[in-house]
Parts: sequence; C-alpha cells; structure tokens
Amino acid sequence: MIDSRLDTASAGFQARRAAMLAKLRDLASEQAKAVAGGGPKYVERHHRRGKLLARERVELLVDPDSPFLELSPLAAWGTDFPVGASVVTGIGVVEGVECVIVASDPTVRGGSSNPWTLRKTLRASDIALENRLPLINLVESGGADLPTQKEIFIPGGRIFRDLTRLSAAGIPTIALVFGNSTAGGAYVPGMSDHVVMVRERAKVFLGGPPLVKMATGEESDDESLGGAEMHARLSGLADYLALDEHDALRIGRRVVRRLNRRKAGGLRPSPAGAVPYGGPPGVRAPLYDEEELLGIVPEDLKIPFDPREVIARVVDGSEFDEFKPLYGASLVTGWAALHGHPIGVLANARGVLFGEEAQKAAQFIQLANQTRTPLVFLQNTTGYMVGKDYEQGGIIKHGAMMINAVSNSTVPHLTVVMGASYGAGNYGMCGRAYDPRFLFSWPSAKSAVMGPAQLAGVLSIVGRASAQARGQVYDEEADAAMRQMVEAQIESESLPFFLSGRLYDDGVIDPRDTRTVLGLCLSAIGNAPDAPAPAGFGVFRM
Amino acid sequence: MIRRLLVANRAEIARRVFRTCRDLGVETVAVFSDADAASPHAAEADHAVRLRGVRPADTYLDAGAIVAAALSSGADAVHPGYGFLSENAAFARAVLDAGLTWIGPSPEAVTAMGSKIEAKLLMARAGVPVLASVIPGSPEAGELAFPVLVKASAGGGGRGMRIVRDPAELDEAVAAARREALSAFGDGTVFLEPLLEDARHIEVQILADTHGAVWTLGERECSIQRRHQKVVEETPSPGVSPGTRGILFEAAARAAKAIGYVGAGTVEFLVKGDTVAFLEMNTRLQVEHPVTECVYGIDLVRLQLEIAEGARLPAEPPEPRGHAIEVRLYAEDPAHGWRPQHGTLHLFDVPGVDARFEVPGTRGPFPGPGEGPSGASAYGLRLDSGVESGSEIGVHYDPMLAKLIACGPGRPAVARRLATALARARVHGLTTNRDLLVSVLRHEAFLAGDTHTGFLDRYDLTTPAPSPVPLLALAAALALAAARRAEAGVLGGLPSGWRNVPSQPQRTAFETPGGRVEIAYRLTRDGLEAEGFDQVTLVAASPGEVVLDVAGVVSRFAVAAYDGAGRDGTGGALHVDSPLGSVRLVPLPRLPEPVVSIPPGSLLAPMPGTVLRVEVTSGAAVTAGQPILTLEAMKMEHQISAPAAGVVSVLNVTPGRQVEAGAVLAVIEESR
Repeated sequence: MIDSRLDTASAGFQARRAAMLAKLRDLASEQAKAVAGGGPKYVERHHRRGKLLARERVELLVDPDSPFLELSPLAAWGTDFPVGASVVTGIGVVEGVECVIVASDPTVRGGSSNPWTLRKTLRASDIALENRLPLINLVESGGADLPTQKEIFIPGGRIFRDLTRLSAAGIPTIALVFGNSTAGGAYVPGMSDHVVMVRERAKVFLGGPPLVKMATGEESDDESLGGAEMHARLSGLADYLALDEHDALRIGRRVVRRLNRRKAGGLRPSPAGAVPYGGPPGVRAPLYDEEELLGIVPEDLKIPFDPREVIARVVDGSEFDEFKPLYGASLVTGWAALHGHPIGVLANARGVLFGEEAQKAAQFIQLANQTRTPLVFLQNTTGYMVGKDYEQGGIIKHGAMMINAVSNSTVPHLTVVMGASYGAGNYGMCGRAYDPRFLFSWPSAKSAVMGPAQLAGVLSIVGRASAQARGQVYDEEADAAMRQMVEAQIESESLPFFLSGRLYDDGVIDPRDTRTVLGLCLSAIGNAPDAPAPAGFGVFRM
Repeated sequence: MIRRLLVANRAEIARRVFRTCRDLGVETVAVFSDADAASPHAAEADHAVRLRGVRPADTYLDAGAIVAAALSSGADAVHPGYGFLSENAAFARAVLDAGLTWIGPSPEAVTAMGSKIEAKLLMARAGVPVLASVIPGSPEAGELAFPVLVKASAGGGGRGMRIVRDPAELDEAVAAARREALSAFGDGTVFLEPLLEDARHIEVQILADTHGAVWTLGERECSIQRRHQKVVEETPSPGVSPGTRGILFEAAARAAKAIGYVGAGTVEFLVKGDTVAFLEMNTRLQVEHPVTECVYGIDLVRLQLEIAEGARLPAEPPEPRGHAIEVRLYAEDPAHGWRPQHGTLHLFDVPGVDARFEVPGTRGPFPGPGEGPSGASAYGLRLDSGVESGSEIGVHYDPMLAKLIACGPGRPAVARRLATALARARVHGLTTNRDLLVSVLRHEAFLAGDTHTGFLDRYDLTTPAPSPVPLLALAAALALAAARRAEAGVLGGLPSGWRNVPSQPQRTAFETPGGRVEIAYRLTRDGLEAEGFDQVTLVAASPGEVVLDVAGVVSRFAVAAYDGAGRDGTGGALHVDSPLGSVRLVPLPRLPEPVVSIPPGSLLAPMPGTVLRVEVTSGAAVTAGQPILTLEAMKMEHQISAPAAGVVSVLNVTPGRQVEAGAVLAVIEESR
C-alpha cells in the first residue's frame, strides 16, 4: 500500500491546485464550444424542426445513468474548423453492451465532414475494431466540406472500408439515419449490418434531384430517390422504418439487445482486491481522495513529482506492488488493479530516463506480456539522458530496448500524459505513434521534440555556429527575437488543447477522472480476446 | 364448553375471532372460497374447509354449505362474524338445529330486528324514541316533509338507501331502492323516514347474558361515513352530553330487554341536539367493536363465547378509560367515486403497532369476565387486518383491508397518534382511502368534535392534500439510478451517469396522481444537481432508500419498485414513503413504442396493388370471414375479409383504385 506524503495543507499544494483548476476552467470552456455545436441559432432551428441534437440522440441511446466517455472532444481545436469537428464520438453502454457511438452534429455546417471530422471518425472506427466494440452511427450529415474535399475525398474512403471490415471481423455495425446521408454518405447505411431510417427525415441517395436531372434528365424528388419509406419498402436498404427520432433510437437499442454480445475477455478478479467495496465485488476505492490529484503536478514541469502520489489516488485500495524499486529509480514500475482489472504501471519519477530505467522498463514490459497484464504508462519525461558518459554507456542501445519492448508488446497499453512528454521519452513511454489502445492528456501536459527554451537555444547555437563558419557577425538582436518567437510557437504547439485538436490524444481529461476513464477503457478493452503472447525468447533479465 | 369453533366469515373478522380462540384454547375452523384459498384467515386456522366457488352466494352466504363444513370439521360452535349470514335468522336456526352452539342472539331476536319497519314498531311500544316510518304510497306519505330518506327494510351497509329532496323524484327513488334492496337482500320492501340532516350516528354497545344481565358499554360515534358506510368510529362521542348519554343507554337497554337479547349487540340512533331516534339494532358484533374494547379493556369476542357457554356477567361493567378512534382502510379511490380497487397489495406495513386483534397492553395474567386491563400501558396502537403484504385483493368481497385503532387518555392525542401512524403506513400496490382518513383525523372540524353524517359531503377531502410529489419523484429517480448502477453488467463500479463532457442531465419522467412529472438530475463529484431543487443535496442513495437534505433538513425516502418498474418498456410502479408524504409513481419509458392511430377494425392493404372488386357497400352488415374486397398485386389476387362480425363503417376504395401498402381500405365496426 502506498503511504502518501502529500501535504495538502502546504502552500505548494494549494498553488499547484489553483493552477490546475485554472486550466480545467479553460478546458470546460473549450468543451462548451463543442457542446454548443453550431450555436444558438442553428440549435434552435434544429429543435424547431422537431429534431434532436447529436448529444441528445446519444443520451437517449445509451442506458440511463451509465457512464459515457466522449472521445476527441477538442478535435479541430486551433484549426479553421469549429471545436469538436462537427461530430460526437465516444464509448457508451447500450442495453448493457459497450459500443462506440458516432453521431454527426447537423447544427455545425449541416454536419458536413471536414478533415478533422474524418480523422476523429476514423479514430473511433479504429477503437471499435481494436476492442471489438459494436459501432453505432447516428447519421445526419451534409457530406464532405467541399472547399477541403482534397483532404477528405481520397482518405475518406476508409470510412466505408472500415465499416465492412468491422462486419467481416464479426463486430456489428448499426446505422440510425436521422437525416441526410447522401452521395458517399449513403454508403454508411450501405455498409452497415443493421439500418434504421426515420420516416420523412432520412434521405439516402447517391444523387439528389438536381444531379439526377443533370445526369439523365429524369425528374424526381427526395422521397422517391431516398426516403425512408422507399428504402424500407422498395430498395431494402432500410431494415427498420422508424416513425420518428425517438422510435429510431428505441429500435436501435432493440437491435443491440438482439446482438447477443458476450464479452470475450473482461474482468479477471484481482487477488489484490479481496475486500468488497461498492461496485463490482472485490473492488476497493483508493484510500486517498482523487480530488488531491489536482495538487500534484507543478505548473513548472522542471520540478519533478513523485508519481506514486498519482498511483495512490488511481488504483484499487492504493495497493501497488513495486517492481525493482531500488534499481533505475527514475522510473517507477509495479503491479496494481484498477476497478478490478489487473494492470502494470510504468511512471516517470524524475523526468530523465537513464540506461537503468530503460532496461528496467524493457524487463517489466516483457513480464507483463508473460502474464497478459495490460500496461498503463504515466508520462512525465524529458527524454533519454544525453552527454558523453551516457552515450558511451550505451544510452541509445538501452533506449532502443525499451522502445523495442513497447513496440512489440501485445498486451493493451493505456497512456496518460500527466506532465512533460519530450523527445524519445514520448516513444519509450508509449506515445501516440506506439498505438496505445487509448491515450489521454492532463491539462498540465506538454509534448514536443524538446522543451521550447532548449529548442530555441539549439537553433541559436546552430545559427551562431553557421554565422561564424561563414565569417559573418551574428545578429544578437535578431537572435533574441528569433528565440522568443520560436519559444512561443513551440510552447503553444506543445500544449494539450493543440495536440488534442490534432487527434494526438483521445482527449484532455480532468486528473480527478483518471481512475474512471482508465476503468472504462480497461472494461472496453475486455471486449476483445487477449492477443496471443508473442513467440520468441524468454524474458531477458536486464 | 366450546372445543372447536367455526367462523362463518373471512378476512379481518375471522382472524379477530381466531385470536381470542387461541387465548382460550378453543380450536379454530376457517371456511374459505376459491378466491380466498391463499388468504391469511384460511392459513391461520387449525382447520380450514373449502367452499367451492367465489361468489358470496355460493360461498359465505351458503348457509347449508357452512353448516356442513362445521359438521365435517368437527366444530361444535359457529361464530358468524359480521356481514354475510351474521343477521340471518334462518342460518342461526340451522346452526342450532345441527346441534351446534350459535354465538349470537336467538333466531327470534334476530328476526325481531331483521325488519326495520317491524323493529321500529317494537321499539316504539317499548318506549324507545323512533322516527316515523311511512310506507310509500300510503296516505301519510303525502304529508311527509322533505327531504326524506328511502330505506330498505331488510337493509344494511347503505344499500337500498336514497335521499330525496324533491317530491317529484320520490317515485323514481323508491323504485330504484326497491330494485337494489331486492337484489341485495332478497326483499324489496322499502319505507320512508324523515331525513335528519347533519345528525350524528351514535350507537350503543349492548352485552347481555343468558341470566338476564344487560350491560351497556358506552356509545360509539360513527358519523363520518361515505356512501352510508362508516369509515371513522370512536368512543366516547365528542358530541353527546351526559344527559343524552343517559337517555341513549336507557333506550338501548330497554331495546335489548324488549326482545330478550343475548350476547353482543348494537343499538343505533340518530342524534341531533336533544332529538334521539332509534334507527335499528344490529344483532351481532360490529366492525367497530375494537374502540369499545380498548376503552373498557375487555375482549368482546371472549365475552360472546363465555355467554354462549352460559357464563354470568358481573353485576357491573368495568369503568371506561380514555378515548379510542378507529379508521377503516379501504382499497378504494376516493377521488373517483370511491371506486373499489383490486390487484396485488405488494406491501402492507404499519409502523409502531402495539397489538393485533387485541387491546394493547393486555397480555398477561388470565383476566376474569369483564375484567379490565391495568395500567397506562393499555394505551397504544391496534391493527386488525385481513391482509398481509402480497395479498391479492379481488373483486368479489368488501374492499376493506384493515382497521387501525388508537387509544389513549385524550381525544386530540389519540387522533394525532392515529393520523401519524396512518400517514407513515406503507401501503403499496393499490389506491386506498388512507390519505382521506389522515385528512379527516387532522381536520379542524373533526378535532373540534364537529362530526355528523354529512361530514364528507361538507368537506371535500377526496382530493389528497398536496404532498411534495416532485421531491418524492426526485427521490424515486435517484433510487432508480442507484438500482440501475447496482444491476449494471458493465461499468457498474463507475460513477453514476459520469460524463467527461457534460451536455445535459439524466431525465426520468413519472406519471403521478397529479399528472406527469419530469426529473432532470446530474450526479457530479460536487454532488446532486437537480433542476428545480436548488436547496436539495444528496446524502445517500440506494435502490431502497434515498436520503436528501432539503435546506438543511435531512429526510429519508423509502422507495419500492414493483413489476420491473424503471426498466425501459416494462411498466410497473414505484412507491415512495417518507415523513413528507407518500406517492405512487409510474415510470414513463424514455423511448415509448409509437402508437399508430389506426381506427380499430381497420383493414389495411398488405402490399401495394389495385383494387379488383369490392364485395360490400358502406354500412353493410358483415359476418366474420366475409369477403370485403379483392386486391390484385403482382398478378395475384388477395382477398380481404372481415376479421369479425360488424358493420362496414368506412369504405375508402372503389374498383380500379391503386393503393399503397398499409393504406386503410375499410373499417369494420365490430358488433357487440
């Protein structure tokens, strides 16, 4: 059991907490933009037409009082497109089955897809495939955002390919069509296993009346080309004709009920949690208040913090069996349970990864693969150590071992960026490119190839050397301006909203929600059977 | 000595008699109809005899079957209870002729009081004040001052009774009363009586032994009635002066002596000011006998049995002490014409009951006849109930569930105790008159002792006092949420309704007695956020209990769900009970199945096609299976036939007409 040394009465704790709360207020206001959709005018018009908003549809689809994890809510942040990317994606429970839900937001430019919508949707589809979660599309989209079609048209074909590949893999796909689903969009219902269309609302055709008129001269109308009644009675594209939106959601729930889903993997009772506490049998809450997670990460990431204080507030009963505590102490590794799911934890303690830490990580990851235990990476790393001694000591080899282990590990990985995530540390600690099943950031996170000051400094040194080599006088004034500009740019591009906007994580979360988010993800992961253990050698002792 | 006693009755009164029998060591025999096979009274008796059938006439009113049951079960005595055959002289005679002991007065005394007209003549001759009885159509009828009351001579329970204010309506009222009396009592004789409006209904308990002793055991005030049936009874009456009380006791004793009465009986009077008028005599134990028992500290059933065994009453009855009030809890809907309710009584629980079927605090040494309880512990709450949690309340018998009686030293305190106990009772599954009874007990006029037979007409208490239904609905919604979390197959351990991007609250809608109520709530790490409940914080929630803090005051709400309530599309109901009130809520589905407004009897086109022939005309009478029209689609002829006999009320098509699938072709109005 972890013995917390956090002094919640200290000024430092209060300052860290205040800084985190300020960041959470910013997060809430950015998320509110996504929730506001197209704004009051379009929301009001949508409601006046008797239609439900995307999130209203989602709320009615999922089981009452069940949790819902919205994914990539800040998608398109910092781009020319509205925050949220005109689509809502997430993991929710429908009739007791964990599903991925994708709901286009028709109040934002008619629900049309921009490049960020596409990336967000594809990410949801990947999550469905990896974790074998049924995919439910709540469709009402005006199709591609034409000015950016070059970014959408060619890669966008994956949407339809993914749908049928999900189906081929035995993962059900369901489309509830509430409105427009035309041209390419028509293939969403077209490629889905189960299709429900709302009477007098759904409009599913390859070409609308003007296009048909242009193409063949035929006079036609929306209903005969793509109405729900037509598809239910004539084309057979709709399996169910819903009388209204509520009816469509009701039918959608009935369809899921009849999928007869059984979770493949799922909860294995952890021997660590034998004492009943609320929830599932054997699960105990952490002994320390998750509220205190707000006061752990210093605003200045140069100051290290003990990740055991985080682990103590996230895992069941604050119980943590640390592996190799005396070796490579800058990386904390150990075993725990989270909402009853056994996990292995890797957490940076003092930022820098040395050779010992890298070898310890490689060994720990191999052990987790032996026992098929999912891994949770808690990032706060400035990267692998540099310097003569370390290079000569083989830091690249050691870092490569860790990256090798992370890359070829076949147990599910979950990553939380708590603080710094710089350099190859991002890779070794299972950054986005290493395909963790889920990756979330705290508002305190920062990710870049290196720190902004370091990066600006490196540029300055390189520039100065180059000037000297050419025999020129180095312009100190211009250098200062360059350093300031670069520092500001790198700083802004390393912040979590920016990175979340580019889909480099699955969302920025409140640190207090870490246990809930990871618990939900671990449960979702349990829908897929364990991957086979990699063949090869025994665990390398390092 | 009586060894084995059969009770020719059911439910509450049967259990009441059995309780005394157990005290005395008398073995018990129950009779039960098919509908009562699972009822508590049948289960409780030492022996039980089935009466085939469910209708009263086939079961509890079948004197021959009951005497046969007594003989076959080896009973040596029969107690009739009240109602059913309790005042049937022929039954009393049959019991005696079978060589069994009859717990009650002689058949002759029953007969003497059986006809109200005859009884009044008899009483007038004995010097008991009576109201004139006038035979409809007789010369005296023309001289009557209105309003008058039409009454059935053989009547009881308000049946065959009519108030007539307008002479023009008299003939019709008499005819209706005759019909009702004939069907209810087998005797259509009715008479007219001057109506004493706003009078009190006062009755005197009589107990007489076979040796000539007659006790009068105080009066009971039974003025609060609905549809001429008592719902609240008490003793002593708050509106009877010592002088009037003397007159009443004297008249009652005289009445009993006039017919050589033996056993327990009740003489009923109307009292208005100084006017006292004999109404009738009930030759049996009354429903409301517990209030007398509580105040006199006696067991009337025990005394009935002892008198039947020839025991002698002591010279003087015990002294009355304190006050007792009884309420009758009925499965009925006061807001809808007191309509009887039937169904499953899921839960019946009255907190703080001190005694069942007996005077509180009287357990202990064997008291002699008429010996009262000792000490203040004789006060308390008594429950006489014919039902238990889970009982089925059928349509065949009286919908009275139970009687709740409070006794104590003073009337206001007793009324308060009774009202609170009743308000706290958990009665689930059926609509009852509970709220109405609580309203009566807490009503100013009642507390002032201003009770009369028109009480419930003057004060409309049928609409329950406004309880905080939205708050109770909030508690119900939170209990449902807790239940769903507890039962969740996945993610049950995560916070209820957790969202990382909150956009809207959880919504639960209920149908309540006052209309639809929607609760919108969110559970966050900072606690409950419920729309319209700014002052409310959540202390704890489980499927069965929710604790809320309302502006600093903490209250507990017990929530019970029945028949799958709260799961989408299952129906069912929730009951919430709290010190703030109780309510029954029906959760409404979030995603209701759509209702298609197609008139019943519609014939729909099974597929798109062309109408080939129409075989009928609009308005034609058709028989089940008769061809209505023929549809041609895809070169096949499809015949559309009438699903049932009826009349073609709508005919939408003519030959040659193209129709879409699902189009209404015709409507057959089913004949009944």
